[in-house]
Amino acid sequence: MLDLAAIAIRFQGSTSEFRSNRRLIVPAERLLETLKAMKSEFGFDMLVDITAVDYLEYEGATDRFGVVYCLLNTGSGERVIVKTHVNDPDPSLPSVYELWWGADWMEREVYDMFGIRFPGHPDLRRILMPDEFTAYPLRKDYPLKGRGERHNFPVITRAES
Amino acid sequence: MSNPLSDNVFLTQLDAAANWARKNSLWPMPFATACCGIELMATASSRFDLARFGAEVMRFSPRQCDLMIVAGRVVMKMLPVLQRIWLQMPEPKWCISMGACACTGGVFDTYAVVQGVDRFIPVDLYVPGCPPRPEQLIAALIEMQKIVQTTGTVTGREFRDRTRATGPVPLELDEIRRSREATFVDQLEIFQPPKIGAN
Ligand code: SF4
Repeated sequence: MLDLAAIAIRFQGSTSEFRSNRRLIVPAERLLETLKAMKSEFGFDMLVDITAVDYLEYEGATDRFGVVYCLLNTGSGERVIVKTHVNDPDPSLPSVYELWWGADWMEREVYDMFGIRFPGHPDLRRILMPDEFTAYPLRKDYPLKGRGERHNFPVITRAES
Repeated sequence: MSNPLSDNVFLTQLDAAANWARKNSLWPMPFATACCGIELMATASSRFDLARFGAEVMRFSPRQCDLMIVAGRVVMKMLPVLQRIWLQMPEPKWCISMGACACTGGVFDTYAVVQGVDRFIPVDLYVPGCPPRPEQLIAALIEMQKIVQTTGTVTGREFRDRTRATGPVPLELDEIRRSREATFVDQLEIFQPPKIGAN
């Protein structure tokens, strides 16, 4: 098993654990470095998922967004979750597309839903919502029912169709 | 010698003849976007057999269809597609909105799901249910045939005066309430304890 505590010291981060989920929390400046090391030194060759959490009004939270990278070492089957925090205004993180090409659509999804930008991404467009959509729907300050985008279409009546 | 034509000729209105032909060969356009689509497939397949009512020819090209069955939820990104397909269907055409989602948005009262396709395209018949059973869809089809038979005209005159959207216009009272904070569930009227001795 990987010695997460040692890695945490090396990248000025911390660790936490829930059941068998082992987490490494690093500051955003050291994220790319950490992920590079995870891939090349520790053999985490698969990026399973990138996702984000909005901690707005979350009890005890100090940062606005948490961005979560789930890594898998396909050789040993070991999994580690690397987490980092970003803040308003203009939350952004370096893209990990160069490390794992699979990050392409995952980063687009995080951008689409949370508005976190990934400088270095080759094609950072919306992936799920329509291009003309302007909000970031999974942010906690966006209402669940939207701001009327779902009603913003022309009406076709029977007489004219 | 009796008149040889009397048993072989019958008179009818052109409208009625056309309606009779149309209603017995509705060609559905299966706009199946979600779980209701599975039920639509079940309806079309051998056990429930939509073919008994002359509507088994599901065509995936709108140019060949005259009955659109919207089966499933329609999201914001899909609605322009739905409208385009509707516009591409040749006259005369009808639309069945199948399932709670297509009729009202169902439980998916979120930013991305259109709250009823009838707000944006004309709908003739609604089939409630989540999903409606095949029998319900067949009942709707029979109802559709009745509508065609009783209101249809050769030239489609009956469509001309339907100049309003069939569905509710957005931004009614409930929309305004939704745009603000929703009522907490435990404050809803149905959650209040029953008033004892009120009667
Ligand atoms: S009405 Fe029910 S079965 Fe039909 S699409 Fe909606 S959720 Fe699925």
